[in-house]
Amino acid sequence: MTTTATKAEVKLYHIKVNVNGVDYEHDVEPRLLLVHYIRDVLGLTGTHIGCDTSNCGACTVILNGKSVKSCTMFAVQANGTKILTIEGLAKNGELHPLQKAFWENHALQCGFCTPGLIMQAYWLLQENPNPTEEEIRKGISGNLCRCTGYQNIVKAIMAAAKEMKR
Amino acid sequence: MAVTAIFGARVKRKEDPRLITGKGLYTADITPPGCLYVAFVRSPYAHARIKSINASKATSMRGVVAVFTGKDIKGKLNPVPTGWPIKTDPPIKIPTYYPLPIDKVRYQGEAVAAVVAENPYIARDAAEAIEVEYEPLPTVVNQEEAIKPGAPLLYEDVPNNISFIWNLKGGDVESAFKEADVIVEKRLINHRLQPTPMEPRAIVAQYNAVTGDLTCHITTQAPHIHRLLLSMMLNMPEHKIRVIAIDVGGGFGSKIPTYGIDAVVCHIAKELRRPIKFVEDRRENYLATTHGRDHIQYVQLAAKKDGRIIGLKVTSYANLGAYLSTAAPGVPTYLFGLMLSGAYKIKAVDCTVYGVLTNTAPVDAYRGAGRPEATYLIERMVDILAQRLKTDPAEIRRINFIRSNEFPYTTCTGIQYDSGNYEEAFEKALELAEYKKWREEQAKARTEGRLIGIGLSSYVEICGLGPSRAVRGTGFALGLYDSAIIRVHPSGKVTVLTGTSPHGQGEETAFAQIVAEEFGIPIEDVEVIHGDTGMIQWGMGTYGSRTVPVGGGAIALAARKVLDKAKKIAANMLEVREEDLVFERGKFYVKGVPTRFVTFQQVALASYQGEYLPAGMEPGLDATVFYDPENFTFPFGTHVCIVEVDKETGQIKILKYVSVDDCGRQINPMIVEGQVHGGITQGIAQALWEEAVYDSNGNLLTASLNDYVIPTAVEVPNFINDFTVTPSPHNPLGVKGVGETGTIAATPAIVNAVVDALSYLGIDHIDMPLRPEKIWRIIKEKLK
Repeated sequence: MTTTATKAEVKLYHIKVNVNGVDYEHDVEPRLLLVHYIRDVLGLTGTHIGCDTSNCGACTVILNGKSVKSCTMFAVQANGTKILTIEGLAKNGELHPLQKAFWENHALQCGFCTPGLIMQAYWLLQENPNPTEEEIRKGISGNLCRCTGYQNIVKAIMAAAKEMKR
Repeated sequence: MAVTAIFGARVKRKEDPRLITGKGLYTADITPPGCLYVAFVRSPYAHARIKSINASKATSMRGVVAVFTGKDIKGKLNPVPTGWPIKTDPPIKIPTYYPLPIDKVRYQGEAVAAVVAENPYIARDAAEAIEVEYEPLPTVVNQEEAIKPGAPLLYEDVPNNISFIWNLKGGDVESAFKEADVIVEKRLINHRLQPTPMEPRAIVAQYNAVTGDLTCHITTQAPHIHRLLLSMMLNMPEHKIRVIAIDVGGGFGSKIPTYGIDAVVCHIAKELRRPIKFVEDRRENYLATTHGRDHIQYVQLAAKKDGRIIGLKVTSYANLGAYLSTAAPGVPTYLFGLMLSGAYKIKAVDCTVYGVLTNTAPVDAYRGAGRPEATYLIERMVDILAQRLKTDPAEIRRINFIRSNEFPYTTCTGIQYDSGNYEEAFEKALELAEYKKWREEQAKARTEGRLIGIGLSSYVEICGLGPSRAVRGTGFALGLYDSAIIRVHPSGKVTVLTGTSPHGQGEETAFAQIVAEEFGIPIEDVEVIHGDTGMIQWGMGTYGSRTVPVGGGAIALAARKVLDKAKKIAANMLEVREEDLVFERGKFYVKGVPTRFVTFQQVALASYQGEYLPAGMEPGLDATVFYDPENFTFPFGTHVCIVEVDKETGQIKILKYVSVDDCGRQINPMIVEGQVHGGITQGIAQALWEEAVYDSNGNLLTASLNDYVIPTAVEVPNFINDFTVTPSPHNPLGVKGVGETGTIAATPAIVNAVVDALSYLGIDHIDMPLRPEKIWRIIKEKLK
């Protein structure tokens, strides 16, 4: 596999992904991170980058139903997958219950961690529709927020869980 | 829509819809067509001479456009100015701070060259291919080591690495110490922190060679200050530079300073005539974006045996890092020294601060900036005094509080606390925390071998920075007023432009609430615009809990100016005298005849139509106000924390956390609570986990989120938050600011609680962070 950019041509790989219900095909460098593919190639900049060590979770997306930190995957590894990002969560102009709950419970301030946290919570509630507070706190512990102290985020996820059961 | 209760209502934030749908626009989201990317080559050494830089391999790589070194830009860019050259005798020494160093690097991670390439991956590859030959020099990272004779010197013209020695005196300290029954002394370390906004810094610069205009999207808390300092570095007039900050992902102080490399990026955009983008990664953010705190303090506190504190002597060694960042000299001096007497009647204070340069990243404001360091100092010392006098720390505080009938209260160092009721907030916090019950619980637990501790922290902070005359007296380069422009459109819809630059604090909503309330119109009819020097004539930005007291004050005054004009037009429309009109809920009506009215919207339209304007009045309905506050504001409160320390593991568990804060009138209690939550969390984090660590060679050991531990949802407890409301008497809205209270109060509350839990072992102080291993070792040692 070609691994570095040199004077020689870089070998590109053809990938197909479905993101938020739209099919895409691109030729990408093998080293291109999935998060850069989503942001820079597809232009979906709602997925953010807050670190380079997979600690912060700002880049969390749903890939084939599972939450992943898109900075820890190469775009080529996502070939053939179905991805959901923050931009795909609201349907027909209707906010997802999690988005609504984050808004209503003041679960965001600067908003930079918010898309990642909402996507992680989306996955969490799929896995466990009736989480306790402790389970929520544990479930989002891979996503860092520097503004809120998490109290309102936990509250929002509980509210969304309740709403989604109705 | 009921509009009279908008001020004070828990209104959902106007900024949220875009942020929860991924439609926010942060600097890194902006990629103009034809954009090139910069990567910086950074020094692995903390102190070294640059012998040579060989970029030939890099420049021959496909996709690499150019390389710029310090020598390339020398003479084309001016050094980075210091914004707060404090006044000292002898004068402060301000070392030259080149945007890229010419011959020497002074901290690990300092940028030495910029590589420009067609994509960010290639820029990174090329940066690695640049060969820099360094001659490593001896390094000093600790401020007490740096001032010793023979310590490595960062600058030949700064002897002993001392940039300044600053002194503040009030009252007769020598007499106080002579009269004292008891003197307690302590060396306190307020360690270095990495601010860690979740969004790293970024800049996108675009130069229009035809018009000569430079447009920069920057992650900034203070766009106009950035524009001014960029214009000084770039030798470009300000009106040719536009700085824009649309969404900014937190700052906590680290996005106030203007960075030399931002000027480098602008310079490259001008030279290459292509848009240039730079986004730092987290490691770069930790290495080269400013740090906070880092004081070593020697404290003596004099008291009478009844617990009255009568004097305080402080010598503080402040580590400023390798260069003086924008506000660096003012943070550990004025913002610290002026608040040392805290919420207490201490009649004599003597404070000396050594500003010391070391081979570490530049230090500047971090949430609270100087005030957390002062509050931690006095709140720790009060507890140490209580322990010495075998008195309840609550009692010592009660004895020393400034009483509610003593405001405005002038401290011995000459600042005037505007208003307060410290005892009310204190008693409320103790009641909510069930203080008495927990003291009993603590005694009982101790008999069972369990360690429970109760920590109190009462604070007052200086906010709403600030009255220009006062801040100019401290050497700050500009006044700290702010501006507001209110434009009422013919339909009665309103645009508000503010010179402050919120980046998470929610003022698009809070400011709209102010205007909706003043005009009696729906909040949906008000739009707040911030963070764009092309639209807003001038402003000082967001920091120092100034946005609402100063920026909001300007908006309120501008709204009232608009209403003054509107009333004159309304009187003409209704053919009555102005003094016969009442304005209420968006309507001007004739006194006693509420059915004879015109609405705010009708007046707005009339102001543009012109026919009903009184003779000589200009058409249109808008106002510009520059509001220079007559004083600072002084929020206050008390936090109570109850912890349990596990004897076997040293683990600290927070059992209860209660805050009672007073930030004056509240525009949006939901936002206020959010600010308090986040502030407390950062304060707890300093006390328990976070610490920036350099080894003796100047390697930053905490340069990633693996090593610099900010709390996750698992570590943070739920808080019980309550408030008292004591309006600021001089602010147009009675508001005081709330952005920093939590951070200021929480750190000493936690440490006081943990020390209280361990006090039976004869412990009266432990330096932060209180990690389990440290606590475990102390317990083992004492029980030996």
